[in-house]
Amino acid sequence: MKTKVIIFFIILNFNVVNAITFSVDSNKILKNLRCLICQGQSVADSNSEFAQTIKIVVKDQINDGKSEKEIYDFLIEKYGEWIVYKPPLNKVNFVLWIFPYLALISGGVIIFLFLKKRDNH
Amino acid sequence: MQKKIIKLSIILLIIFIIGVFFIGLNKNSIYDTKNLVGQKITKIELEHFSDNRIITAGDLRKNNFTLINFWASWCGPCRAEHPILLKLNEEKNLELLGVNFKDKKNNALEFLKDLGDPYDDLARDELGKHSINFGIYGIPESILINKDLVIIKKFIGPISKNDYNYIKNIVRQ
Repeated sequence: MKTKVIIFFIILNFNVVNAITFSVDSNKILKNLRCLICQGQSVADSNSEFAQTIKIVVKDQINDGKSEKEIYDFLIEKYGEWIVYKPPLNKVNFVLWIFPYLALISGGVIIFLFLKKRDNH
Repeated sequence: MQKKIIKLSIILLIIFIIGVFFIGLNKNSIYDTKNLVGQKITKIELEHFSDNRIITAGDLRKNNFTLINFWASWCGPCRAEHPILLKLNEEKNLELLGVNFKDKKNNALEFLKDLGDPYDDLARDELGKHSINFGIYGIPESILINKDLVIIKKFIGPISKNDYNYIKNIVRQ
C-alpha cells in the first residue's frame, strides 16, 4: 500500500512538473504571436478562431519536441514576419534593431561634446 | 566645429524621424499574405472527406493547376462564392480541392447537396491545424497553385467575378 502511494505521488509530481514546463513555454510563445485578425491582441489574449487554431498548432509542435525558434520559423514561413511581435534580426529590419544603439551612442557623443564645450568656457 | 556637429546630428535625427513616419504612415497596415505568392507549398497532408486516405503533394502534382478552397457550411461568404466555384469547375485545366474547415460532416454534406458540389476532391480539416500549413487565417480563402505546387495567387475572402476572370485567364494560357 505504502509503495503504491509513493508511486502515485511520483507520477502526480512528474505530471505537474510537465504541465508547468509546457505552460511556461507555450505562454511565452503565444504572447509573442500576433493575432492576425484581431486589433492589437496577441494569440495568447485572443479567443478568435485563428488564435485557437494557432494555440493547438503551437501545443502540438511543443509536444513534437520543436524548439521555440523552430516554431517561430514555421509560422513566419507561413504568415510572414508580421505574425511575431519581436521580429528576428535581418537585413530588412536591421535599422530597427540598430537604431536604439546608434541613438544611445549619438546621444553620448552630443552630451560629451556639450560638457567639453562648457568646461572650455 | 562642435556646434556644427550638434546641428548636423539634430538635422539628421529630424530627417530620420520624418522618414520613419512617412514610410510607416504610407504603409498598408492591413495584413495580407501577398508575400507568400511564389512560395512553394512543401507539406500537404489532408484527410480525405469521405475516403480513408490522405491527400498529399503527389496528388496535386498530377494537376496542371489546383485551386485549394477553404470553406465551411457555417461561413456566410462561402455561400456567396459558391456559384463562382461551380463555374470554375468547368475549366479543364483546373482541379478544385475543397478543404472543409472546422465543420460538422453532416452540415458540410447538406451544404453541398443544397448548393451543388464544385470540388474534384474534398478534404477535411476538423481542427483547422492543417490549414496553418497553407497560411490560412480565416475562411473563405483560396490558393491557386501550379503543377510545381508554387502559389500563383491567394484569394482572401470570397472569390469575386474579377478573381474568376483572373483564374480563367491563368489556367487557359
